[in-house]
Amino acid sequence: MQTVDWVQWLAFGILTLLTIGSALAVVIDRNIFHSALWLLVSLFGVAGLFVMLSAPFLAAVQVLVYMGAIVILIIFAIMLTRRLMGLTEALNTQWWVGGITAIVTFLVIAFVLFQAGQGANPILVREPIAALNGRGVEELGKALVDPAQYALPFELASVLLTAALIGSIVIAREDQ
Amino acid sequence: MQQVNEWLFIGIFFAISWALPAAPILIGGVLGPKRANRLKRETYECGIETVGDAWVQFKVQYYLYAIVFLIFDVEAVFLFPWAAAYNQLGLYAFFEMLIFVGLLGVALLYAWRKGALEWT
Amino acid sequence: MIEALVNLGWNPHIATFVALLLGVVACASFGLIWFTVIGLWLVRKVAARVQDRMGPNRVGPFGLFQVFADLGKMITKEDITPQGADKPIFNIAPLLAIAAVVLIWAVMPFAKTLIGADLSVGALYFISVASLGTLGVLLAGWSSNNKYALIGALRAVAALVSYEVPMVISILVPVLLAGTMSMNGIVEAQHIFYIFAVPLSAFVFFTSNLGETGRAPFDVIEAESELVAGYNIEYTGIKFGMFQAAEFVHSFTSCALMAVLFVGGWRGPGAELPGLAGALFGFIYFFSKSMVIYMLLLWIGNTVPRLRIDQMMAFNWKFLVPLQLVNLLAVAFVAKILQPNYEAVRATAESGSTLGNIYRVFGPEFIADLPRAIALLIVNVIILGGVGLMIRNSIRKERASVEANRAARPPYLGRRTPVEQPAVGD
Repeated sequence: MQTVDWVQWLAFGILTLLTIGSALAVVIDRNIFHSALWLLVSLFGVAGLFVMLSAPFLAAVQVLVYMGAIVILIIFAIMLTRRLMGLTEALNTQWWVGGITAIVTFLVIAFVLFQAGQGANPILVREPIAALNGRGVEELGKALVDPAQYALPFELASVLLTAALIGSIVIAREDQ
Repeated sequence: MQQVNEWLFIGIFFAISWALPAAPILIGGVLGPKRANRLKRETYECGIETVGDAWVQFKVQYYLYAIVFLIFDVEAVFLFPWAAAYNQLGLYAFFEMLIFVGLLGVALLYAWRKGALEWT
Repeated sequence: MIEALVNLGWNPHIATFVALLLGVVACASFGLIWFTVIGLWLVRKVAARVQDRMGPNRVGPFGLFQVFADLGKMITKEDITPQGADKPIFNIAPLLAIAAVVLIWAVMPFAKTLIGADLSVGALYFISVASLGTLGVLLAGWSSNNKYALIGALRAVAALVSYEVPMVISILVPVLLAGTMSMNGIVEAQHIFYIFAVPLSAFVFFTSNLGETGRAPFDVIEAESELVAGYNIEYTGIKFGMFQAAEFVHSFTSCALMAVLFVGGWRGPGAELPGLAGALFGFIYFFSKSMVIYMLLLWIGNTVPRLRIDQMMAFNWKFLVPLQLVNLLAVAFVAKILQPNYEAVRATAESGSTLGNIYRVFGPEFIADLPRAIALLIVNVIILGGVGLMIRNSIRKERASVEANRAARPPYLGRRTPVEQPAVGD
């Protein structure tokens, strides 16, 4: 349908600009608190992209966990370790190492995505989930508990969460 | 495809939900008096002069509450697809969930006994 | 349905866009504007009557236009930004607070055909959006460049974030029983209202919403604004009004959500009719159920004393969260064992036997749900009984220890040592 086409392109364009632009602002902005807020905007852009990929569940999870919990945690961590309203240096002395790593990573990911787009790599080709049209969450739920599919990672995630909680409590209470 | 319309609605809704509070604020900016003086712009501290800049003794307790919240949030996120698909699964789904929630219950118990959930 | 209105001969893209826009404005403004006009008056009248006084009765008949007077006052106040405050964040925070609440109304099912956006993940969507409000509080406190605002904001965020946990876990129960996360789906699956099947989850949801929206008895967050340490003390005029409005609309939104998730939303006799009649009936049921729950919230709010913040946190982490986890597991167990068998019941209802006729009178889905609902109710009562026993034991233990302490020390009946009297004649 014509509507869907240019509306989707417009939405994709806006979301991409939002995500990449605010990601740039995270590293460029001197005020570290503002960087955390630009991160918030960038994560919101990612949530929008999830919606465009017909994964509304992941979008809602992104907003709930990343924007609603992790950014708050990051802000708390900033408050815990930094003086308020201080400005930080834009670059440190090893910026060229970081630059090379970033470019190499970008090339690798671009190569993989290009291959996936062409259908060359069988691991990366999947059925379109848009066909599920709203039943995606139930399929995900069934896959998560199915012993033949993702039941073990599911339980291991629980172990990971428990370990994270116990670890953070140990570290936080250490200085008391 | 029907879901696309729904999310388009949400997109427009998002834009409107920022415009709706912005309108009264802008109107207030126009209507309100603008007699700014030095005294009004000082930060409020029960009427006495402020000393030092805004530096706060940040209790680690806030961070612990945020971490425990994050853990349980992620747990709930795992539980949502399970709950949505529950009616179509067998009894084994319940036992898998029992293990999942049980482990996290152990974590909560640990936090409780170690005093991580106390206010001070 | 809203789109069907405007396909008259316009360009279809523009028609869709305009229809969506109108729908958006209707949804967004319902919560924010229409309800505020009635609700603010209601809050003040109810609070006043509980406190044995009159409440507003000057502006308009019975004080009904008090809202406009308040709004006019706030909008004409001077807008002061404290020096050193982070201007862009300072201005965004009240917008974020309201946006977070208004966005919830996009998925609210007003009637069977009146819903903004029937997302397949509606239940998760509204929790995610509500968590943005917490961020607004934090930004407000931070950007004010004020120690006390920051302390107040941190405490408020700690409390808000804590009460999200039992809320999220208690939403899992209707999702589990309905088998879908879509809000309209949950309402349509409630042949028996969930509040009768899982009252404990409804209680946990209601209480955690009291904590989330900062209503009594958990209004330490609000109280801090009355004392020095509140996150919005540096805000003046309409921006402050925005924070208050956000909190107020949030409390009504949570009542509406409770109505949708647990008391059956727009369900009721006549709500299934097609067209305008069904929509009207549905909307009336939805609104009246939300208002009843809102009156319950006001009643509790005006009666119960305020909890201290450490009591609040202890109540959340040591009572609500474990209770809701146990409740979830029990509900899951019973729901799996006694899964409603719609086909068998429908088949019996189709056949001409007397049992089938009884089934047809009540509605086959209702009958199919009945065993599960009764079993869930029994399990909830058992859990409640167990919890009550535990509380009673702990109260008894505490009372016994206090008694033991008191018995160990004799009561003070007078001076222990005689007073040194000066000798006469010295």
